[in-house]
Amino acid sequence: MKNQTKKVFSGGLGQLTIPLVAIALLVIFNLFRDPSFFSIGIMHNNDGNIVLSGNLISIINGASELAILAMGMTLVTAACGGQDISVGAAAAIAGSVFVKILKSMPSITGGTVVLAFISACIVAMLFGTFNGTLVAVFKIQPMIATLILYTCGRSIAYWINGGATPTVSSPIISGIGSFIPGIPIPTPVLIVVLAAILFRLLFHFTSLELFTQSVGINGSAARLNGINSTFIKLLSFIILGICVAIAGTIGVSRLGLINHETLLLDVEMDTILAVAIGGNNLGGGKFKIGGSILGAYVIQMLTITLYAMKVSSTDVKAYKAIVIILLVVIGSPVVKARVSKLMSQLRTAKAENLTKGAQ
Amino acid sequence: MQDNCLLQMRGIEKNFPGVRALGGVDFTLRKGEIHALMGENGAGKSTLIKILTGVYQMDGGEISLEGNKVSIRSPQDAQMKGISTVYQEITLCPNLTVAENMYIGREDSAWVKHKEYEKRAGAILDSLGIPARSSQQLGDCSLAVQQMVAIARAVDMKCKVLILDEPTSSLDDKEVNMLFDLMKDLKSQGVGIIFVTHFLEQVYEVSDRITVLRNGELVGEYLTEELPQVELVAKMIGKELDELSALSESEDKDHEAGEVFYEAKNLSSSDALPFDFSIRKGEVNGFTGLLGSGRSESVRAIFGADKVSGGTIKIKGDPVKITKPIDAMKNGIGYLAEDRKRDGIIAELSVRENIILALQVMNGFFKPIRRSEAEAFADEYIKVLNIKTASRETPVGSLSGGNQQKVILARWLLTHPDYLILDEPTRGIDVGTKLEIQKLVLKLAEEGVSVTFISSEVEEMLRTCSRLIVMRDRHIVGELKGKDLNQAQVMKTIAGGES
Repeated sequence: MKNQTKKVFSGGLGQLTIPLVAIALLVIFNLFRDPSFFSIGIMHNNDGNIVLSGNLISIINGASELAILAMGMTLVTAACGGQDISVGAAAAIAGSVFVKILKSMPSITGGTVVLAFISACIVAMLFGTFNGTLVAVFKIQPMIATLILYTCGRSIAYWINGGATPTVSSPIISGIGSFIPGIPIPTPVLIVVLAAILFRLLFHFTSLELFTQSVGINGSAARLNGINSTFIKLLSFIILGICVAIAGTIGVSRLGLINHETLLLDVEMDTILAVAIGGNNLGGGKFKIGGSILGAYVIQMLTITLYAMKVSSTDVKAYKAIVIILLVVIGSPVVKARVSKLMSQLRTAKAENLTKGAQ
Repeated sequence: MQDNCLLQMRGIEKNFPGVRALGGVDFTLRKGEIHALMGENGAGKSTLIKILTGVYQMDGGEISLEGNKVSIRSPQDAQMKGISTVYQEITLCPNLTVAENMYIGREDSAWVKHKEYEKRAGAILDSLGIPARSSQQLGDCSLAVQQMVAIARAVDMKCKVLILDEPTSSLDDKEVNMLFDLMKDLKSQGVGIIFVTHFLEQVYEVSDRITVLRNGELVGEYLTEELPQVELVAKMIGKELDELSALSESEDKDHEAGEVFYEAKNLSSSDALPFDFSIRKGEVNGFTGLLGSGRSESVRAIFGADKVSGGTIKIKGDPVKITKPIDAMKNGIGYLAEDRKRDGIIAELSVRENIILALQVMNGFFKPIRRSEAEAFADEYIKVLNIKTASRETPVGSLSGGNQQKVILARWLLTHPDYLILDEPTRGIDVGTKLEIQKLVLKLAEEGVSVTFISSEVEEMLRTCSRLIVMRDRHIVGELKGKDLNQAQVMKTIAGGES
């Protein structure tokens, strides 16, 4: 960790610098504004569990779906050089399938929840395959290809739900959406950690990272080195499908109901933004999943900070936009080049002073 | 002398992280001269040129143009000051028309006057004898014509200093002569031309002066007529060229080759007409022919790089199916592509990742090479091939051309191929590295690897190959070996019409 920090600061501007600096600035800002912003309390919730509470907890809890989607979106971005804008709609479908299966069962048990989740995963992966096929086989630009599902996804969810907003209530469902008895950390946060670990393992035990980056940077060379780029692109969409199913399941479990109109509404744009704030090139190529996760937390922290400042929910978007402009400009190649030039000048000056001192 | 001095660069310095690219280099260009800038890969030629054209900012030194001190802040700035460049890799937009490419970025009004541009571009193309229509999409032209359009663009900008960075590497002899005529014409109009090339003969054919760089330092400036070719090479690589002559008289290349390793009958692809071909174990053969003769297309068909449309293939006598690159790789075939930038390097990935790529693909998706192992592989090949890089984690795109080529060679060597296809491995790289690659090819052959070696420099192929397949108009028109392997015979066969 120490090494990592060192790299970020000594290596000029590493990929994670922007999200880390953004988080640091937000923390400092909030400390000045209201030191109690970060206080973490311990309280009993409605179910009588001992749980952690406070703004910090609601930030990392609230960003969970976004963080999970951002992980999958990073892969799609890296492999295809474009983004999937249908993740919100697809999550509504996945959530609807999840509820539909549960409703069709005589009772909600651990087994049926797993079954419902797996069904949601399969459906989301099928839609991922649909998007992926359009992109990888038919070479349609990702944004256009996923525009189809973006447009019709919530209608499909409407059909699945039969036009209603069915509810599910069970201790298991609230265990997924809020707290598992005995564990004071919100379950969605734990799911994010688990997902991040799974991605880490995926990169460790397969060549996905190297192949995805190769396809994203130079498809022609990747092909001539025997990489099946169609497969890699398709795979990225399928993995994103799993992320969509997880996000949909969390979203449904939070409320105990599926509202296909509002579930994860507009999340696709925040997801893409998280990937961008994480320092990933939206044109594909090199990527860092960790950056996208941090990006998701930056966005959520910003939102919660604004709410804490009593900014109305309609105005929040405008203020968010201002901060995002700053982040994007600071992260732009032009500013990066200027800063690293400045840093190297400072370093040479320092080195010269040292040699002078030695003489 | 002072009055006809066009451009003076004094004490130019440039540092990159971990590498000193230029240390106090001087360069002088006079009016109406063709000045060759020579040096090995990484000698600093490209860096010097990029400083002159405003792509890089120098860390020290000064530039004066016609006696006035100038600072060049950007490529646009360089163009406005009359410095135009045609780069080694074509940097035009293939999806625009020829005319648009010639006027892009310098339209004189906000309105793009397509008709007028096309007319003006057409006139220039005509006057230079370039076989392209101004309304044609640039991407549809051959590489050679694209190159000439780039030159036409520079010429049309009424430049005082014209920089040609490896302009001839994709041109055939006729086109080269056309370019040389053009250069001489411009020279007589008082334009100063900086000519960067790896083809020594061409330097002697057109240049008046030669400046040699080595390892970012100035070696010296010479009058071309006073510097014999052998001495020039010695100055570039910093050692006497005994090795080169030793190589050309190399031991009998015709040593008993082993059994047939690869055999194709009627092999054809989307880009190659049906042909027969076979190669023995430990044999080095070459494909030769003019640009567009189908030599690259043929070897691409062997590797499955283009859609294979027919033919039977046998490896060691057993029939196999090779329709895509991975099939070829699994059968022990490696292929170094002609276009390094487009088909070779993964620019933003590190040297390490680029080296292990092909081996990783062959190992499969679920068996990633461990980091420590990958680092060991990378270090080994950086050492064996003498790859000049700041570290194994440096992005390969920041290396010089020759070193990029070595990284791709390392990538294929790491797969321990039985048959290695090298398409123009020496294009656009310096004499020293060329020599290293040729030696490597002979060494591989001795170890029993079959090699197909393609080069547009026939001499290189004569030095390394024991058999040359000659192509013309997408057909094999001859096969030369033994005493027929000499320049005259090759030329005759390429030209055709003999006997």
